[in-house]
Amino acid sequence: MNDFITQGGFAAYVWPAYGISALALALLGFWIGHEYRQAKAKLAALATLERDAP
Amino acid sequence: MPSLFEFANPKKFMDLSGVLLPWLVAATALTMAAGLLLGFSTPPDYQQGDTVRIMFVHVPAAWVAMMAYGVMTVASIFGLVNRHPLADIAARAAAPIGAVFTALGLITGSLWGRPMWGAWWVWDGRLTSFLLLLLIYLAYIALNDAIENETRAARASAVFAIVGAVNLPIIEFSVQWWTTLHQGESILRKGGPTIAPVFLWPLFLMALGYTFLFFVFWTIRIRSEILNRRARTLLEMRAG
Repeated sequence: MNDFITQGGFAAYVWPAYGISALALALLGFWIGHEYRQAKAKLAALATLERDAP
Repeated sequence: MPSLFEFANPKKFMDLSGVLLPWLVAATALTMAAGLLLGFSTPPDYQQGDTVRIMFVHVPAAWVAMMAYGVMTVASIFGLVNRHPLADIAARAAAPIGAVFTALGLITGSLWGRPMWGAWWVWDGRLTSFLLLLLIYLAYIALNDAIENETRAARASAVFAIVGAVNLPIIEFSVQWWTTLHQGESILRKGGPTIAPVFLWPLFLMALGYTFLFFVFWTIRIRSEILNRRARTLLEMRAG
């Protein structure tokens, strides 16, 4: 377990490489998902308006 | 057999991508989980020690950064030649994703370079041309956002993307053309890879996982833009 954490003395390089990658990809995924949900909601709202228009 | 252009119809794209997306997400999760598991089970490299594990996130990020630009270039060519709006959307959708993977390639490369070369950064051919790729991505995004007219923005950025593609072979061959600290070709080379299979498998799985992830993100961004355009059309119809 200790070897895993210390990464042979290179923990200061290995873990940040994985941490930054995971964080950046998670944030990118969150942003893209948010963008998609927003677009879907906007279209749904407009379609409702269109349907209910006199 | 249906042609590529048949799927370039936004309605068909929405239907097909809706079916494919869950499978792509599952493939991403599986390959990345297997890649990480194998990557952290490999023994340390006899020269690089445990820093070799940085390769499993650095190389896939760099690969996807270049592949995304290739995708953007092909879409831009289709957009210019065929004047297909979905091609413009596809090119635009790839840019921010490619930029993030490029930044990750640079950051993880720097974290690998420091313990191996004793430097966070060197202005050699590979690193500099890769930094240039990030700047090209950012300039493409800025150019696209700066022009209000959608069609003109798509045309201008398509030309920019195609011109910028000249940097791809420079990145690829920089390690052969110039003296560099960056290691030479070690995977796709004549005579086979120089990397031991114990490292090659996790690298392959992670590269596959990153590739799937790019296509997941890219597909969702294209879907968002199609929905946004439908909303704009509805708004214009109401206004008109």
